[in-house]
Amino acid sequence: MRTEAIVLGVGLLLAGALPAAACQLGGLRGTGDLGIVVERAAGRVQVIDTTARTSLCTVAGLGDLSHASAVFSRDGRYAFVFGRDGGLSKVDLLKGEVVKRIVQAGNSIGGAISSSGRLVAVSNYDPGGVRVFDSRTLDLVADLPAAGADGAPSKVVGLVDAPGEVFVYALYDAGQIRHADFSDPTAPVVRTFEDVGLQPYDGLITPDGRHYVAGLFGEDGLAALDLWHLEKGVVRILDGYGRGEEPLPVYKMPHLEGWAAAGDLLFLPAVGRHELLVVDRDGFEEVDRIEVHGQPIFAVARPDGREVWVNFAHPDNGVVQVIDVPSRAVVAELEPGEAVLHLEFTPRGSEVWVSARDSDRVVVYDTASKERLAAIEAATPSGIFMTARAHRTGL
Amino acid sequence: MRLSAILLFAGLALPAAADAPEADRQAELLHRLRHDCGSCHGMTMAGGLGPALLPAALEGRSDEELARIVLDGVPRTPMPPWRFEITEDEALWLVGRLKEGLDED
Repeated sequence: MRTEAIVLGVGLLLAGALPAAACQLGGLRGTGDLGIVVERAAGRVQVIDTTARTSLCTVAGLGDLSHASAVFSRDGRYAFVFGRDGGLSKVDLLKGEVVKRIVQAGNSIGGAISSSGRLVAVSNYDPGGVRVFDSRTLDLVADLPAAGADGAPSKVVGLVDAPGEVFVYALYDAGQIRHADFSDPTAPVVRTFEDVGLQPYDGLITPDGRHYVAGLFGEDGLAALDLWHLEKGVVRILDGYGRGEEPLPVYKMPHLEGWAAAGDLLFLPAVGRHELLVVDRDGFEEVDRIEVHGQPIFAVARPDGREVWVNFAHPDNGVVQVIDVPSRAVVAELEPGEAVLHLEFTPRGSEVWVSARDSDRVVVYDTASKERLAAIEAATPSGIFMTARAHRTGL
Repeated sequence: MRLSAILLFAGLALPAAADAPEADRQAELLHRLRHDCGSCHGMTMAGGLGPALLPAALEGRSDEELARIVLDGVPRTPMPPWRFEITEDEALWLVGRLKEGLDED
């Protein structure tokens, strides 16, 4: 008995260095400074406190979290975590526990939450299509298959939420963009835009919720849809941005996210090139190209729009570069660790959290001084998602 | 002397088998497989934007053909060539691990 107590005591001391198994938040608190870090190989998330720059606890049992992402309930209390294995888990950040978990498909890639917060949509690779759930119960609301013109099922990518209970997504195999209006959740209206280009691989919606842009892997160019004028259809933008140049092999697909907007400009990763494309949001004209360290994966604007922070594909993925928006010059280069997968700014941009997968840590930087403020241990960390996303369109 | 002769003989008896990488390199290759190849094929190789690479999916395809895909990629698809950092022997070894199935961990 005595021995067990001692062993337990030692165990607790050792555990003190690591996040506790269950959240002990104690008393009332808000969630505006909370978030999660995905530990992809362990099937867990850490709940983080961005004010204290610490991990509060881990929540396990979330399945295969490779390429996992999350959205948040509008009260900022629950994270909806989308796993690669088709799992959709609703995690209570305050209690540090899984409220409900369903496996809704064989293989999925991401999700979105509707503007009202009532519907959670998941995009699937297998069997393809989009499934929409009630965010309170995770009960199925609608199943939207995604077959192309030839009837073959298509993988769905680039799923985003848009104003008015709308979800927009792209069909990788079928080369389509679809607009699903759930203003009546019992009778969704789906509009299809065909022949948007070869192999759309991801999509973004601008922070105002007006323009949806899908990146194309199979050709140089992007496809844009003005959600205020669906009747105008999808237009091609930056057509042939790399014409005449041989693209490099791509060791990781770039990601497009609404974070790429800084003021009137969008900063988009060029596929197969060591460049960021700078695009004017009004006319979707190319304004500039910025040469960077490697093939960009995420280009994320600091919330004030003054800087864009960029990470890169393998094998150049040990570096984060900072681009000054007014001068469009690289002004800082940071080395948070090996295999930098993701970065997320605190809600108003004073600090940024960066995950270094192969160094098993997440590093926090001051975005003004670029000084390293803290490092948190995490097992193969990938995505970092903060609750402020609950109040933004398309994230 | 005697021992090395036996090893030499054993080596000659298996001309088709690729030289297995050193243990450290094996661990590195498996890590790459799960996490870098896994960004398209899934960490468990169950597929993603790229096809599944589970044993059943690879049945009937030769080691050499699969290793060539790893090394040279597949044109007009996102599959890139890995020859710049993976040798032919290493590619064959990885194909062997995929055909066996990766451990659950």
